[in-house]
Amino acid sequence: MKSKSFEGFMKIVFIICAATSILAILLICYFIFSGGVPFIMEYGLKNFLFGNKWAPSHSPQAFGILPMIVGSLLVTLGAIIIGVPIGVLTATYLAKFSNKKIYRFLKPSINLMAGIPSIVYGFFALVVVVPVMRNLVGGTGMNIITASLLLGIMILPTIIGLSESSIRSVPESYYEGSVGLGASHERAVMTVILPAAKSGIISSVILGIGRAIGETMAVILVAGNQPRIPSSLTQGVRTLTTNIVLEMGYAAEAHREALIATAVVLFVFILLINGIFLIIKRRAMN
Amino acid sequence: MSSLRRIFSFDHIIRSLIKLSALITFGALFFIVGYIFIRGIPHLTLDMFALEYTTENVSMLPAIITTLMLVALTLVIATPIGVFTGFYLVEYAKKGNKFVDLIRITTETLSGIPSIVYGLFGMLFFVYRLGFSYSLLAGTLTAAIMVLPLIIRSTEEALMAVDDSLREASFGLGAGKLRTIFRVVLPVAMPGILSGVILSIGRVVGETAALMYTLGTAAKMTDGLFSSGRTLSLHMFVLSNEGLYVNEAYAVGVVLLLIVLAINGLSTYLSNKLRKGE
Repeated sequence: MKSKSFEGFMKIVFIICAATSILAILLICYFIFSGGVPFIMEYGLKNFLFGNKWAPSHSPQAFGILPMIVGSLLVTLGAIIIGVPIGVLTATYLAKFSNKKIYRFLKPSINLMAGIPSIVYGFFALVVVVPVMRNLVGGTGMNIITASLLLGIMILPTIIGLSESSIRSVPESYYEGSVGLGASHERAVMTVILPAAKSGIISSVILGIGRAIGETMAVILVAGNQPRIPSSLTQGVRTLTTNIVLEMGYAAEAHREALIATAVVLFVFILLINGIFLIIKRRAMN
Repeated sequence: MSSLRRIFSFDHIIRSLIKLSALITFGALFFIVGYIFIRGIPHLTLDMFALEYTTENVSMLPAIITTLMLVALTLVIATPIGVFTGFYLVEYAKKGNKFVDLIRITTETLSGIPSIVYGLFGMLFFVYRLGFSYSLLAGTLTAAIMVLPLIIRSTEEALMAVDDSLREASFGLGAGKLRTIFRVVLPVAMPGILSGVILSIGRVVGETAALMYTLGTAAKMTDGLFSSGRTLSLHMFVLSNEGLYVNEAYAVGVVLLLIVLAINGLSTYLSNKLRKGE
């Protein structure tokens, strides 16, 4: 009898634990939105999103985050242009072109790449890529290209991991059928297997976008952080994430609320990206 | 002529592109790791492991100890909650349960939220609303929420991989549900759960944005739950951002990479063990 009631008690404990993550996300949404939305209402959504002047210490203050939105989109786009082809092809290499011996060494390397702290990547970019960039294009070397390169490398493990497993999950018969019809190994992989693994590869890219848009501390070190809309790729930018970290330390009142509102915009971006990811994943499952 | 055709053939171009990509990926990885090691190891002096941080020695020992405390506390909070959530999802909930769907969507959403948003939330909720100020406690709670989805997912996967016949045998012998979970299912699923826990350690060790405004960046060692400190990653960020202690930042990078290598070795070992156990 006693053990019965203990069983029931533990079940309730498990349910409470399961509810914790729901509680967590509700709290996160509540605090971020209630901290930022009133400011957006007061300042005006249009002025906030499309204002191209960010000057919290001027009088009157200006809180337009268009430069940061443009900055985030540009470095993310750059990261995708660099990271997606390299990542998908590396995944193809791991799944279809490497032998077992090399693979046993390379697979843990990808995990290592995913585990390296972002600050180490950022520091590396700061001490190696920035000086190279400075010599090549002049200026400080902290610009859109540097940040894109950094993020492109940082999203590689995300893209490779998911792409590789989706390439591997394509039934062997696809490959055999294609080769049986006279296709070479390369042609079979590129024209039959990769298209069949499409939905997994697309979700890996979406996860990569999420990672790139959310990255903060590494980007701070190399992006230059100027809050203005860049006119060329060799100018510095500020992203949504770095805007928050750079100024949160000393911001007060309206300025602080504007930073939380920046997080609201970032959060909405991420929720959209996650939503798309979930939809693609569910569709692939059915 | 024929050799030219071979060079420009579809197969050849594709094969070269694929190999080039793999070369870039792994080349970048080994270059980054090698560069940090080569530049950093000469700067790993005894001074950097002095008990007290001063601007003279730029010791990272306080940061190492703070990191260890943060990791331990985070796991103490997140592991039971995450593992128990996994128990509920796999062992108790019935298929098609709406609550389960909700939890799955929630965990997936949580794992996509950027760390800076966690950091901001931790600052608004733990630091200001609950009045913890920049402290180990605020940092721990923020980090615990962040790693929760990782632990839940790895527990779920590990539990689902356990053969149902084991459960049936245990029930058949008269064991109750709890006893079956703890005595039969859990031991088999342990390596999988542990590898999730180890990944969480890596995540906390590498975290910066979520901790900057929750744990704070005090250079001294934390001396209690309500005192600020900085982890190794934060230490490295502050050093490289100030630009005054680049050599010391290299040295911290070496230590961070060593930790990550150890964590990865352990998790590879565990997942190999899991595969052999099947």
